Amino acid sequence: MIVFQTFLVLVMIVAALAAARFGDLLDAVIACALVSLMASIIFYFLQAPDVAMAEASIGAGLTTAIFIFAINRSIRYEENEKTD
Amino acid sequence: MSFLSSYIHYIGCFSLILIGLYVVLVKPNLIKVIIGINLMGTGVNLFLVTVGYIHAGTAPIFSEAAQQPEGMVDPVPQALVLTAIVIGVAVLALALSLAIRVYDHYGTLDLRKIKALRW
Amino acid sequence: MRRLISLLLLLIVALGIFLCFSGASFGAEGASRAGKLTEDKVNFGRRYASRGLEENKAGNIVASVVVNYRGFDTLGEVTVLFIAAVGLAAILHARREEATPSKAEPASLIVFTGCRFLFPLILLLGAYIFIHGHLTPGGGFQGGAVVASGFLLIYLGCRGRGLRSAGVAVAESLSGLAFLAVALVGLAVGGSFLLNFLPKGSAFALFSGGVIPLIYVAIGFKVGSELGGIIDNLSGEAR
Repeated sequence: MIVFQTFLVLVMIVAALAAARFGDLLDAVIACALVSLMASIIFYFLQAPDVAMAEASIGAGLTTAIFIFAINRSIRYEENEKTD
Repeated sequence: MSFLSSYIHYIGCFSLILIGLYVVLVKPNLIKVIIGINLMGTGVNLFLVTVGYIHAGTAPIFSEAAQQPEGMVDPVPQALVLTAIVIGVAVLALALSLAIRVYDHYGTLDLRKIKALRW
Repeated sequence: MRRLISLLLLLIVALGIFLCFSGASFGAEGASRAGKLTEDKVNFGRRYASRGLEENKAGNIVASVVVNYRGFDTLGEVTVLFIAAVGLAAILHARREEATPSKAEPASLIVFTGCRFLFPLILLLGAYIFIHGHLTPGGGFQGGAVVASGFLLIYLGCRGRGLRSAGVAVAESLSGLAFLAVALVGLAVGGSFLLNFLPKGSAFALFSGGVIPLIYVAIGFKVGSELGGIIDNLSGEAR
């Protein structure tokens, strides 16, 4: 069981790095939803089913929708100039 | 294996917090900054629930079959995290609406191009 | 330069976290933690878990903590949610006046009909989750989020149909008032805010737990209407 949880944590970290890395904000938001989904499964393994339900419905569902509405009303791509 | 089983959850949540902090500090795009705040919030929630866990614990829910409280994980962090998630999404929506107004006013979301916010 | 300073700061934070938590091990309850915190007065979680069932007759201890033991926190949380929704509506209000007619093409008939068919089922699932919050995993917050995702489906699938009606405002304010009214009745009857004054019934039945199901239903309506209102305000047309 701990191997599976390790796998979930690793997927979560990789998705978080992807969310930090992507220049396309829509891709970053989808990676963010993946982080929330993995966190929800980890909450279930930590014996917190209430929190797992809240995280799955709010973190992975509504948050993504709100981000996508906001991107729809602004711009999709991050300007990619070099910092400094 | 024992290192993994005792530290992997802490590694996960602190990695999320540090990645979120990095995004907030470095990225110039406002929506990217809000994504970083979201990642940090998920990491903190995961940390709180992890602290309340007990080895081989059961969920804090009684049923007809299981009525003994021994070995039950701590219910207080779970209750706190439950409310924190809902507050998180509301505050996130408020921050995104501010970002939308910034975009309407300045025509960009890049913090380097907004003169009033340059450092 | 900026990236370098940020990395340095991150390194300092990571070092601090490592130094703080290198001694803590995951899931240690038996020897190290319980040795110091055996008394119920200190260890709240243990006390709620061991006494919650007989005090509140609600199977879900998390619901018991959220609504009854820590009910004041939940009232503050609902207030924060309300203020955030009001602030969002106020910030985005100026855009609403110059609303242009919808540019998006309408969804196909199958999507439209499917969304209209699924919407009541989603509402039913949300209502089930928050009515049974004191028995099973779930509760007002999760059920409210499911209800809000039903409104989201209507927005995505059936263009032009929204919840821009007075009903949402009425549900929002009435549910908030119901929460406060139940709490104040407890103050009037037994002398403490959020007292569980109703007969508690027998555990694991639907009508059990005193005021916990009432407050959770109020929270479910509140969260559902607030999050639905947030989606309504944000889902305007792009320029």
